[in-house]
Amino acid sequence: MGIDRREFIRIAGLSTLLGLSGKGAFELLRPGQVEAALEPQKGALEGKRWAMVVNMQKLDDATASKCSEACHRVHNVPDFHSPKDPKDALDPAVINRYEIKWLWAEHFHNAFPGEEQEMPEKIKTLPFLLLCNHCNNPPCVRVCPTKATFRRDDGIVMMDMHRCIGCRFCMAGCPYAARSFNWRDPRPFVKDVFPGYPTREIGVVEKCTFCAERLAQGLMPACVEASRGALVFGDLLDEKSKVRETLKKYFTIRRKTHLGTNPQVYYIV
Amino acid sequence: MLEKALVGTKRYYGLLAILAGIFALGFLFYLKQLQFGLGITGMGRDVSWGLYIAQFTYLVGVAASAVMVVLPYYLHNYKAFGRVTILGEFLAVAAVSMCVTFVLVDMGRPDRVLNVFKYPTPNSVMFWDIIVLNGYLLLNILIGWNVLECERHDVPPPKWLKPFIYISIPWAVSIHTVTAFLYAGLPGRGYWLTAIMAPRFLSSAFAAGPALLTLLCLIVRKYTKFDPGKEQIQTLAKIVTYATLINVFFFFCEIFTVFYSQIPDHMLHFQYLFAGIGDKARLVPFMWFSIVGMITAALLLVNPGFRQNETTLAALCGLVIVTTWLDKGLGLMTGGFVPNPLEKVTEYWPTMPEAIITLGVWAMGFLILTLLYKVAVSIKEEIRS
Repeated sequence: MGIDRREFIRIAGLSTLLGLSGKGAFELLRPGQVEAALEPQKGALEGKRWAMVVNMQKLDDATASKCSEACHRVHNVPDFHSPKDPKDALDPAVINRYEIKWLWAEHFHNAFPGEEQEMPEKIKTLPFLLLCNHCNNPPCVRVCPTKATFRRDDGIVMMDMHRCIGCRFCMAGCPYAARSFNWRDPRPFVKDVFPGYPTREIGVVEKCTFCAERLAQGLMPACVEASRGALVFGDLLDEKSKVRETLKKYFTIRRKTHLGTNPQVYYIV
Repeated sequence: MLEKALVGTKRYYGLLAILAGIFALGFLFYLKQLQFGLGITGMGRDVSWGLYIAQFTYLVGVAASAVMVVLPYYLHNYKAFGRVTILGEFLAVAAVSMCVTFVLVDMGRPDRVLNVFKYPTPNSVMFWDIIVLNGYLLLNILIGWNVLECERHDVPPPKWLKPFIYISIPWAVSIHTVTAFLYAGLPGRGYWLTAIMAPRFLSSAFAAGPALLTLLCLIVRKYTKFDPGKEQIQTLAKIVTYATLINVFFFFCEIFTVFYSQIPDHMLHFQYLFAGIGDKARLVPFMWFSIVGMITAALLLVNPGFRQNETTLAALCGLVIVTTWLDKGLGLMTGGFVPNPLEKVTEYWPTMPEAIITLGVWAMGFLILTLLYKVAVSIKEEIRS
């Protein structure tokens, strides 16, 4: 191989330009290319307002834990009960404090405190799956001092873990306990790292994102795929969507609607 | 004037050394926290703010209370307070420095703190809190320093300083109001969701701050040649008395609304704090001591005999400081987070490293306070002689 001096200077000059001005250099060389790259990929699922219906009539304990496992696996959520290295084993009280939960099951009186109606005994022990409600009026977004958590146009409440300063105001603001903080390095507790999603550092908040990264690839949320029909996901503003059909057919409840957050996760009891 | 802080007695250097030592120890533990993460503290997913943010809240109150000496002097021309305004302002500087440090220490990613300015977000109360706190810090340094310098040279303070002095009065109220709004606007936290939070914050601040200032005045008189004055101390004592009474009154206003309305998610927090839920009752003795102590202090302070005797006054001021600290520095945070939004009870107690880091920040604040008071007192002594 060999490049002459002229070629070397050209490449060196271009790389300097790129290095110095980043996106600007792209603009100069191939106008419009970068914006094009921000367009959604072909086949991505798009919606105007994503919503989820949890059908408790179809959800048993085994399915519920399958859903959380699927979610936590593809998002590299640490399991503090089982460290990679047995040396790192933690005290149970500490695990309770450190725990990171994106999708998890609770009994009715914890999922809907203050809403205990007269209802069949068996409902009280069902595994109500809890996750971020992707509120239409999210208090976490209102309180975040850096816009590290923000609401997308399609209704997904997103989390930028590279901007988060770890002040945890959003955790105080969330009335659903849907947010978790990395109190310690989570990596020793992620057994099989899933390559499609980043692992986290200490000091940032995280939560369910309705699998925004999967929607972008045209895939349904991981929990929905694992739920055997108990979880329905779709665009609430699309009349023909499955969530819309389900909501038309069944009476549903949502968590703490009196707070005005307008949650987008609906429960069929 | 700074040179005055550099020379002093052996006792002065000793005090500085002790404070610097505690600060250094706290700093070492902070390095450990940086490396391990905030999991080194007793906080967790249910109680996600603890001792650090509680100290921040309490100290914002101490800082705001400087207005209690500034206002009578500048708005009502209450001449006697001319001697102690500088002590109030320098106390505010030290307190705000601690506040800012506690916020920094509580951050998961302190390396990203400038994101707050890079992506300014006016809908977040924290954004405003950072603005008002830093503004208040600058105001007090500017005013305190200039007034003291003019006093030293026996000239009236420059005219351009007046607007800043007047602004600093509502500004002091704003710092504690905005701090209360951090909590009082969160939809799911029944303990904090109350319009009387800001008034309660202010009343406990105007009790605790002047109580601390009274003690500081007594210490300054005992160990230096500068006497802040008997009348000044007595006026401060009256401020402490009525602020404590109002604080107790506000507490019972809150209790009435919560327990007469019987809304469970508001009652549960008080039940946890004052009776415990199940076997989870770690804070019960502290909360009872806080409210009973506060009432006792208020009632005794109303009595002129106890107030005019400087020994009992000092003891009662100490009681006010401790009881308001238990209320705001311990009960406020944990009470707001327990039970959690799923009505589960996870208790909180600070860990040893967390307590040492907290002590370290306090030591840093008192180091700043000692240096500033040394300057102020030296100048006052110089003027007298």
